[in-house]
Amino acid sequence: MTTVDKKNYKVIGTTPIRHDGADKVTGRAIYGIDYHTTGMLWGKILRSPHAHAKIKSIDASKALALPGVHAVVTGKDMAVAADIEVEAGETSLNYMHLSDNVMARDKALYKGHAVAAVAADTQHIAEEALALIDVDYEVLTPVLNGREGMKADAPMIHPDQTTKIMAFRFDPGTDSGEKSNVAGRSQLKLGDIDAGFKEADFIVEREYTTSWVHQGYIEAQNATAHWNNDDNITVWNSSQGTFNQRQLMAEILKHPVSQIKMVPLEIGGGFGGKIPVYLEVPAAMLSKKTGHPVKMTMSRTEVFEGTGPASAAQMKAKVGATKDGRITAAYAELVFEAGAFPGSAVGAGAQGMFTAYNIENVLIDGYDVVVNKPKSAAYRSPGTPQACFPAEAIIDELAELVGMDPLDFRIKNAAKEGDRRADGVQHPEMGNLECMEALKASDHCKSDIGGPNRGRGVASGYWGNAGMPASCSIAINGDGTVSLAEGSPDIGGSRTSIAMMCAEAFGIAAEDVHPSVKDTDSIGYNGLTAGSSTTLRNGWAVFEVTNQAIELIKARAARLWETEPENVDFADGVFFSKAEKELKLTFKEMAGKLMETGGPISVAASVAPRGAGPSFTTHMVDVEVDPETGKVDILRYTAAQDVGTMIHPDYVEGQVQGGTAQGIGWALNEEYFFDDKGQMLNSSYLDYRVPTMLDLPKLDTILVEHANPDHPFGVRGVAEISVVPPLGALANAIYAAVGVRMRDLPMAPHKIVKAIQEKNGKTK
Amino acid sequence: MPAEKTHVRTTLNGEATEYLCEANQSLLEVLRDVLFLTGTKEGCNDGNCGACTVNMDGRIVDSCLVLGVEAEGSDILTIEGVATPEGLHPIQQAFLENAALQCGICTPGFIVASKALLEKEPNPSEARIRHWLAGNLCRCTGYDKIVKAVVDAANTMGGKK
Repeated sequence: MTTVDKKNYKVIGTTPIRHDGADKVTGRAIYGIDYHTTGMLWGKILRSPHAHAKIKSIDASKALALPGVHAVVTGKDMAVAADIEVEAGETSLNYMHLSDNVMARDKALYKGHAVAAVAADTQHIAEEALALIDVDYEVLTPVLNGREGMKADAPMIHPDQTTKIMAFRFDPGTDSGEKSNVAGRSQLKLGDIDAGFKEADFIVEREYTTSWVHQGYIEAQNATAHWNNDDNITVWNSSQGTFNQRQLMAEILKHPVSQIKMVPLEIGGGFGGKIPVYLEVPAAMLSKKTGHPVKMTMSRTEVFEGTGPASAAQMKAKVGATKDGRITAAYAELVFEAGAFPGSAVGAGAQGMFTAYNIENVLIDGYDVVVNKPKSAAYRSPGTPQACFPAEAIIDELAELVGMDPLDFRIKNAAKEGDRRADGVQHPEMGNLECMEALKASDHCKSDIGGPNRGRGVASGYWGNAGMPASCSIAINGDGTVSLAEGSPDIGGSRTSIAMMCAEAFGIAAEDVHPSVKDTDSIGYNGLTAGSSTTLRNGWAVFEVTNQAIELIKARAARLWETEPENVDFADGVFFSKAEKELKLTFKEMAGKLMETGGPISVAASVAPRGAGPSFTTHMVDVEVDPETGKVDILRYTAAQDVGTMIHPDYVEGQVQGGTAQGIGWALNEEYFFDDKGQMLNSSYLDYRVPTMLDLPKLDTILVEHANPDHPFGVRGVAEISVVPPLGALANAIYAAVGVRMRDLPMAPHKIVKAIQEKNGKTK
Repeated sequence: MPAEKTHVRTTLNGEATEYLCEANQSLLEVLRDVLFLTGTKEGCNDGNCGACTVNMDGRIVDSCLVLGVEAEGSDILTIEGVATPEGLHPIQQAFLENAALQCGICTPGFIVASKALLEKEPNPSEARIRHWLAGNLCRCTGYDKIVKAVVDAANTMGGKK
């Protein structure tokens, strides 16, 4: 493969100002939620007040009689979508289930499940109309916990559901024929755990739980749809994948995919949560009924209750090690609450759980269990924060039993190139050990933590990252600038990293490339902005289009110099004649000669790259715990991560810091509080409490650049993995500080105080 | 049918501005849906995220918690009034140079809130910045680069407003 020699990079590794920067600091950037168009109506959703209820009837006549109301749609207006399972950013979706999730048909399956939608002249009239829709419910007993739901006598959420047995992730599986709330059972198996545990001198076995948490993107879900008189549908929204959503829309609406155009406006965060469709469907249906474009937005409560958070998990783990500190076997049972429909990220969690370590004998049982809660969606390294929490906590206990420093224990057992994951796949070249050793050598590791009730914790993590298709097109302008069109919604600065790779290839400045994100009618297919893959795969697309353009320009130079194209070469931004060295023109100069040598040049390419380099990371955190109140203060935090070749180092570091902050929230204070009827009690930012600026310390990073050998610019995904280790690292740090092992997330102050009191009671 | 509207007169980003609004419309709704100034972002619409921060008569407020009719006679600054024809405000420039935004939806609120801080206290400590901006949520950055940007802007401004 052709690779660009890192030593010679002029643009890659620098930190230009992002191309969309001025628009975003002046408020000019138009996000999905900002969209407005002529003749627009406002839509609102009526949601189920019950976690589990039969919908006996819906009477919207009073709502329709309210002046200013244009239309109402319900599940009865929707066709039944195909019963086909598709991948959705490490979680999965079934078209039929997704359709039922967008609008309940016969049963409401969670508090907040959409049951009707109304379109009106204003938001306030639409809200008023919701109160006038009469829904007759027959309330049913909800299932609110994964392990409870697995019991044979648990109420069935989907009465005909049977358990699917899967040998690996995304395995179509076989139907067990057994009716159960367990939608899927998967097993990863490597070696022989019985033999592995026999070899062990120490074995630790524990149970762990985590709570439902939300991605917490600041921009709520929104969609504006127009169903035109020619049956072409246009949707303006903020999404993590226009082409994927176009397909979902086509399946749910039973409408030709070619007659749906998804327009990606700026997106105010997603973290996996903006992969599925929600409002897009009712907005389109209301538009069809009214003839007007219809805009719908969610309130923050609707976002918490009606979109897809990350699963709560109930887990068991058992790990053994020899006296000299070698891990011999690991077992885990992962029960993930999928929410109201199957498809949690339990499979991805299993794949990532022990993967930072070389363990020859591993068995992981995964259960995907439906419960009466919102359908889970992807959230940054889906499933893996939950699964790595027990792995990292139990490994900490083993290190203590063996008598080794927890970081040295990890270094001794670190997975290296060629070692096997639990699913048998061998690791490619990567920087796992480099991260651990860099952290070992850091000032943080060497520093004295000092003081009572202070402790230091470490934890590692793995995330596989994804590939997915991408398409880009470029047009070379006469002044030597390049217009770059791409189709992956830019959620954190990717259009700049893509433009930088383009600039690098042509030997021009990042500012001379003008990137823009296009709608589904204007660019070739692009996968999801997910799986940490956007820069990686678009780097491949840019590599293709720039190489093709360079060949075309060589032919133009050959025409100028009256020679053959093979006699022209290109290096460092300069086209030159191999025979006569004085004949040379820069990329910019050649751009100015295109019209006279045959006309303009534009190139498009689509790619479907493999070889997403996996991510490995190790974090270290110092905390001080107040034993009276249970409050945890983070004193110092360092994340060491293999980030491959950094295109824009500031935005790479930002991803590492941002994921770490989300992981800290997951560890210490974020959770859905449900009452015994399945009502969420804290559906506002104030009560759910994502970390504020005041809660977090400076987040230091050690960015290990182990280039991905399978990428032309050495890129590996960087965006997700940093959310994984904080859960285990903080649990381990709290233990080091006050001697209590916290095994139930979040590690909220009241739980820590209780654990300290119990420990003191026992020791007294 | 829309409710009866009230005629409100304000100064918005330095210019006399009049609008009609309903009694139950928030200032945020008026800015976004009546005046089409969508730079002020809607994040939670219940006063918890700070994305809709505007400066009203010298104080930063969540515009989702102010009624449109309450703005009668007020002097309001939104993100659209921060840059000038001469260029970006130093805080805006510092946010760009420090990569202090990822998705950018919280950025206008942070910039309006930071400007109010630096006008009152030209050289705030990092702790003071974290305290002042704790009412603005960012879910992308982990806040580190935002703090750096505000420190950087304070240094550039050198005590100038």
